[in-house]
Amino acid sequence: MDIHEYQAKDLLAGFGVPIARGNVAYSADQAVYVATELGGWHWAVKAQVHSGGRGKAGGIKLCRTYGEVAQAAKDMLGKTLVTHQSGPEGKIVQRLYIEVAEPFDREIYLGFVLDRKAQRIRVIASAQGGMDIEEIAKSNPESIMQVQVEPAVGLQPFQARELAFGLGLNIKQVSRAVATIMGCYRAFRDLDATMVEINPLVVTKDNRMLALDAKMSFDDNALFRRPRISEMRDPAQEDPREAQANQHGLNYVGLAGDIGCIINGAGLAMATMDMIKHAGGEPANFLDVGGGASPERVAEAFRLVLSDKNVKAILVNIFAGINRCDWVAEGVIQAARGLKVPLIVRLAGTNVEAGEKIIQESGLPIISANTLADAATKAVAAAKG
Amino acid sequence: MSILIDEKTRVIVQGFTGDKATFHATEMIAYGTRVVGGVTPGKGGMTHLGLPVFNTVKEAVAATGAEASLAFVPPPFAADSLMEAADAGLKLVCTITDGIPAQDMMRVKRYLMRYPKDKRTMIVGPNCAGIISAGKAMLGIMPGNIYKRGPVGIVSRSGTLGYEAAAQMTELGIGITTSVGIGGDPINGSSFLDHMALFEQDPETHVVVMIGEIGGPQEAEASRWIKENMTKPVVGYVAGLTAPKGRRMGHAGAIISAEGDTAAEKAEIMKSYGLFVAPSASELGVTVARALASIKS
Repeated sequence: MDIHEYQAKDLLAGFGVPIARGNVAYSADQAVYVATELGGWHWAVKAQVHSGGRGKAGGIKLCRTYGEVAQAAKDMLGKTLVTHQSGPEGKIVQRLYIEVAEPFDREIYLGFVLDRKAQRIRVIASAQGGMDIEEIAKSNPESIMQVQVEPAVGLQPFQARELAFGLGLNIKQVSRAVATIMGCYRAFRDLDATMVEINPLVVTKDNRMLALDAKMSFDDNALFRRPRISEMRDPAQEDPREAQANQHGLNYVGLAGDIGCIINGAGLAMATMDMIKHAGGEPANFLDVGGGASPERVAEAFRLVLSDKNVKAILVNIFAGINRCDWVAEGVIQAARGLKVPLIVRLAGTNVEAGEKIIQESGLPIISANTLADAATKAVAAAKG
Repeated sequence: MSILIDEKTRVIVQGFTGDKATFHATEMIAYGTRVVGGVTPGKGGMTHLGLPVFNTVKEAVAATGAEASLAFVPPPFAADSLMEAADAGLKLVCTITDGIPAQDMMRVKRYLMRYPKDKRTMIVGPNCAGIISAGKAMLGIMPGNIYKRGPVGIVSRSGTLGYEAAAQMTELGIGITTSVGIGGDPINGSSFLDHMALFEQDPETHVVVMIGEIGGPQEAEASRWIKENMTKPVVGYVAGLTAPKGRRMGHAGAIISAEGDTAAEKAEIMKSYGLFVAPSASELGVTVARALASIKS
C-alpha cells in the first residue's frame, strides 16, 4: 500500500526525521490559507499523487506570492498528472501539500528496502540526491553506499555514521544525519514498511537536515496490525477495478488487451496470460480468484472482468484442488447467464468430468477446452470474432 | 526415496482443530500420511480425528515422536508457530498460510540461525500448496490423484501451476518422486536451491523441474548452483512474460523490481546455465520427457 508525501512526512516526523513545515490543502483557498499560516516568503505547492517524477510533469511549483500559490493550486487540482512513473493514465490530483521552501546546499539520496536476496533490510545512500536511484545506479554507481541491517539487533548507529561520514558530511551535520537515518529505520521496522525513500534529503546552510520529499510503501500482509496506516489509503490513486477487486478478496490487475482472464493461482494466471500472448492474443487483465472459487467469488470475478469495455472474450482456467470442478462449474454457469461475449472454460483436477458435464448440460454457449494450449487458442480465435 | 517426507514421517498439524486443518488433515490421512496428532493451544487433552491434541509443539513431539508439521495458522500468529516448531526440534515445517508479513518471515529466518546448520529446521512456504511424495505422503493441500510415482522432482513457487506441470506429466505417463511448493512470498522459508540440493542427493530422482515466476533472485541463484553442482538434468519455466514492470501480480513476491527480475531475463539465465527451458506453460510435460530422454542417450 502506498501513501502520499504529506502522510509519509507526518509519520516520519513522529520518528524524529526533520521535515520542513507544511500542511495539506484540498482547494486553492485552503492552499493560500496554509501559506499564510506557515509564514515565510517562498512556498512549494506540491501535487499529492502516488507517483514519482512530479517535478518534471509540472506537479511541483515554487511560489513567491499568495497569488502564485492560488494559481498553482488552481492549475493542479482536478487535473490528471502523467509522470514517467505513473503510467499513461496518470494520477488524479485532489490534494496538495504546501510547504515552506528553504534554500539548501546539498541533496542526498536515502532509501530503505527489503532486500530479497539477503532477506534483510538494506539502507542505501548516495551523495547524488535529487535523481532517480536507477539513474544514479547507471551514471554514478560508485556514489552509492549500502549497509545491511542485522535483524537480531536492528540498525546500529555505527552503520548510520558509516553512511553519514561516507557522504562527506561535517561533524555538525553527521549527528543530525544519524538521527534522520535511525528515525527512518525505526519507522520502516515499526510500521511494516516495504520502502522508505527520502529524495532529496537536503543539507541547509546552517547544517540542518531536511527531508524535502518522502515516499513510503507498506506491506499489504501487515495491514491487519497497522490500522492507522490502512486508514491512510487513498482509493482515488488506485485503479477503481483493482480497488473493488481488493474489497472482494480478488487480485486484479488491468491490462491493455481484449481477452478477459479468470484463473485460480497467481502463477497459473501469469502462465495462462503468457499462453494467450503465445497464441497471438492479448490479455485484458490478470485475475486470481484464489483458493476458494465459490459461486459468489466467480460471479464477482465476471463482473470485474466485464467492467473493462475492451473485453471481447473471457477465458476461465481453474485447476481445482480443494475446490471440486463440479462446484466451480455451478458458479461459472450462474455467472455466465446473459453473457454477451464468448466464454471459454477449461477445468482440471478434482471431479473434472462432473464439472464438464454441468457445463455441457447448461445449454449455454460455453466453449470447453481441456488443455492450456487448447484454451488459449480458442480464446484468441473467439476474441478475433 | 523421495525427499523431505515419506510414508514413515511422523506428522503433526499445527492449528489442528480449525476447519481448514481438519479438512486437509483428513485428506492427508486418507492419502497414507502418518499423521500422529496436532497442536491447538488450549485444546490439549482432547481427541480430534481420533488423534491426540496438544497445547504445545514440545509436548506433541515428546508424546508422539513427531518429526514434521503442517502449520495452518493464521497470519497474525504464523511466525510464532514456526519459531515454536523450530524450538521444539522439528526437522521440517510446511506453512500453507497466505498473508504472513514479510518482516515476520525475516525474523523467523534469523531465528533459525540460532541452530547449527545440521540441526536447523527446514521451513517450506509460506503461501504454498505444500509437499507431496507420490504414493507415500502428503503434507499440504494438493489434489493427490493428479500425481503418479516416477523419477521426476518438482519445485515450484506457484501451487496451481505446479499441479498443471504434474498433470501434463501424468498424461505422458511420467511420475514424480516429490513435488515441493516453496510458495509465492518475497521472503520464504527455503529456496529453489535448497530443494535442488536435496533432489541431487535423492537416488530415485533423475530429472528436476523448477517452476519460477517474475520477481526475486532465487531462480538465477539456483541456476548458477545447478550448473556447478547438479549431475541431473533440470527443466526450467518462468511464468509472467506478459507481466508489466512494477505491478504486483497476485503473489506478494511476484513483482519486477530489480534487474534480472523479469521472466525473459530469468529464462535466459536458465538457458545460459544449461537448463532445458520449457518455451511455454503447455510444454512443461513434453520438455520433461525430452530431459528424461537425454539421460538414456
